[in-house]
Amino acid sequence: MDDYKITTDALDDVGHLISERALKGETVLLNMGPQHPSTHGVLRLLLELDGEVVVNCIPDIGFLHTGIEKNMETKTYEKAAVMTDRLDYLNTVGNNLVYCLAIEKLVGLDVPARAQALRVILVELQRIASHLVWLGTHGLDLAAMSMFLYCFREREMIMDIMEMVGGQRMMATCIRPGGMWRDVPAGFEEAVRQFIRIFPKRIKEYENLLTRNPLFLERTKNIGILSKEDALRWGVTGPMLRASGVAHDLRKVRPYSGYELYDFDIPTQSDGDTYARYLVRMEEMRQSLRIIQQALDKLPSGPVRSNNRKFVPPPRAEIGVSMEALIHHFKLWTEGFTPTKGAVYEAVESPRGELGVYLESDGTPKPFRVHWRTPSFLNLQVLPLLAKGHLVADLVALIGTIDIVLGDVDR
Amino acid sequence: MEEKLQKVVNRLVQQFEAESSGFQNEITVVIKPAQIEDVCRLLRDELGFDMLEDETAVDYWPAQSPRFHVIYQLYSFQHNTRICLRVPLDGNAPSMPSIESIYPNANWHEREIFDFFGIRFDGHSDLRRILMPHDWEGYPLRKDYPLGYEEVMFSFNYEEINSRKPYVKE
Amino acid sequence: MGVEQKLGNLGVATMKLEQAVNWARTNAMWPMLFGLACCAIEMMSAQAANYDLSRFGMELMRASPRQSDLMIVAGRVSRKMAPVLRRLYDQMPEPKWVISMGDCASCGGVFNNYAIVQGVDEVVPVDVYVAGCPPRPEALIHGIITLHEKVRGEKITG
Repeated sequence: MDDYKITTDALDDVGHLISERALKGETVLLNMGPQHPSTHGVLRLLLELDGEVVVNCIPDIGFLHTGIEKNMETKTYEKAAVMTDRLDYLNTVGNNLVYCLAIEKLVGLDVPARAQALRVILVELQRIASHLVWLGTHGLDLAAMSMFLYCFREREMIMDIMEMVGGQRMMATCIRPGGMWRDVPAGFEEAVRQFIRIFPKRIKEYENLLTRNPLFLERTKNIGILSKEDALRWGVTGPMLRASGVAHDLRKVRPYSGYELYDFDIPTQSDGDTYARYLVRMEEMRQSLRIIQQALDKLPSGPVRSNNRKFVPPPRAEIGVSMEALIHHFKLWTEGFTPTKGAVYEAVESPRGELGVYLESDGTPKPFRVHWRTPSFLNLQVLPLLAKGHLVADLVALIGTIDIVLGDVDR
Repeated sequence: MEEKLQKVVNRLVQQFEAESSGFQNEITVVIKPAQIEDVCRLLRDELGFDMLEDETAVDYWPAQSPRFHVIYQLYSFQHNTRICLRVPLDGNAPSMPSIESIYPNANWHEREIFDFFGIRFDGHSDLRRILMPHDWEGYPLRKDYPLGYEEVMFSFNYEEINSRKPYVKE
Repeated sequence: MGVEQKLGNLGVATMKLEQAVNWARTNAMWPMLFGLACCAIEMMSAQAANYDLSRFGMELMRASPRQSDLMIVAGRVSRKMAPVLRRLYDQMPEPKWVISMGDCASCGGVFNNYAIVQGVDEVVPVDVYVAGCPPRPEALIHGIITLHEKVRGEKITG
């Protein structure tokens, strides 16, 4: 039990960050988290308060540090993909996607058109699911309890579709290097179309509850204003950057996986406050629906996996009749494939911002170094900037509006 | 490679005697540790690379010189291009200048690199561990740091592992 | 069959004290609002409309350990989090139970490395383990019902 003794680092470690006033007793030091209902996980904030006003806010992260980067170095490329889901657990498919894109870039692998379209559909569905969790918990934090129940109702529809494709609700790992794990089952298209039919009405329902709700407006308007300059300086990405007036979206500016084929807008707002970020995310859900609709309408037929047997395992049916396929299958699942020496950086637009992966290969079947550039990690960094001068109650809204996922922050 | 990026690379190569290389359409420029601040300032102020996308390190142990590479990814909104900087560092306890004053978001990135690799950044405002507990010993992402793998229980070794696993008693 | 039917018009029922106490404990077991990682999302799903944990008298998630009977360890426990988790457990009033939800909490799951505690049973005593990565909400509900069965069989001692 001695291993798990609490260490009191409260002041020895961060003493230099606290103002003179705290030492004189004029301000109060308050510990918020790691177990707190509104920190969305295990975030710890050390607050310096003057009455109810936040003077300083020192985030302490790492309570969910999982060692994913080190663990991935010990697995082959394909097996390490399992770990990627558990990073940002609200954007599981997106994490698979960026990892697979990085591998495909590293070895120069082509992905069939059908697989690309399916990837887009799944990632956009996941984006909606992630925004729904954000909206539900953000509403819950601001005392709109029914939002939570409504949002999770719609999220279940997406989870059912995910389960249909990958056999698991959250961690399906259905995107693999060179394409998809397998083709989508019959009934997938219909389920997605059903969702597209229902969901616009539901967005309207949420908006009726929140957009002009005076209680919601009171707690989000002019709270946590992030100026355009600050957003750029601090490397903030995603809806937070767009709510500050920068129309930057990697899906548009550096298209991947065939996003250039679809017609969609980048919603932006200029106020940069919590309410603007709410509006941006709501509009993003609509745009995601547009993308899904287009991708479904022109969903090409054909294979969903690359035919390059050096990197992609052969289909099950082929193993029974072809010796070569059996050898490839055996080689790929015991030893894995070996990319050439080199390093790549690949980034996609996750629901929270730019999700990047730095992948370095040393010519062995295991990645030499994997580094995740996670959006929450950088977005959370501006929290002290946003929180200063606001009330403690607003801090709850601010943590919600940054939309952090602690698995994404701590890795 | 895009023309604008080529100009940027040429400028860096000329001004800082840097080496550049390309791999899969990505441009990497290798520079010396002491130059990092000047390079970043030039890139931000004159060449339009306004965002530090990512900063990380790689350990090439057992090689000692250079043992580490610190890697920067810079992004330019204006040109929509990315450039990668690599800084080789020698020895077991290296240090290099911080770029926090140029790109403020390097703050947490550099803390993370310090936490995982033990690379010190001179001029950093708040260099302490960020993800690991503050009293943790060692730098987990170094190659000479063990993974910390514990043997997995199966039916054949269940008894043996079960007897030595430190279960808590109430 | 309602209680009235069983009681008739006597207004009196005889049962063992143990049964009465355990019945009360199982039907209003308040879990602590305490999520760690991925499993916490599934725990939230279990709370939401589709799965509705309130059917088991558990709609009230308490954010304070002082008011809760059940700790659902939902997700991986890092070495940094372990002391915090133990302190939360120590703050809960007796009687208390622990469900270890998911593979990571039960045995470390896929993360066999320096950062993750290989099984939360090294930190707090666990009553029920729920398998899955993450477990479906149904699996969590099954775990809770299993715990209820365990509680019903508890003896009052001391």
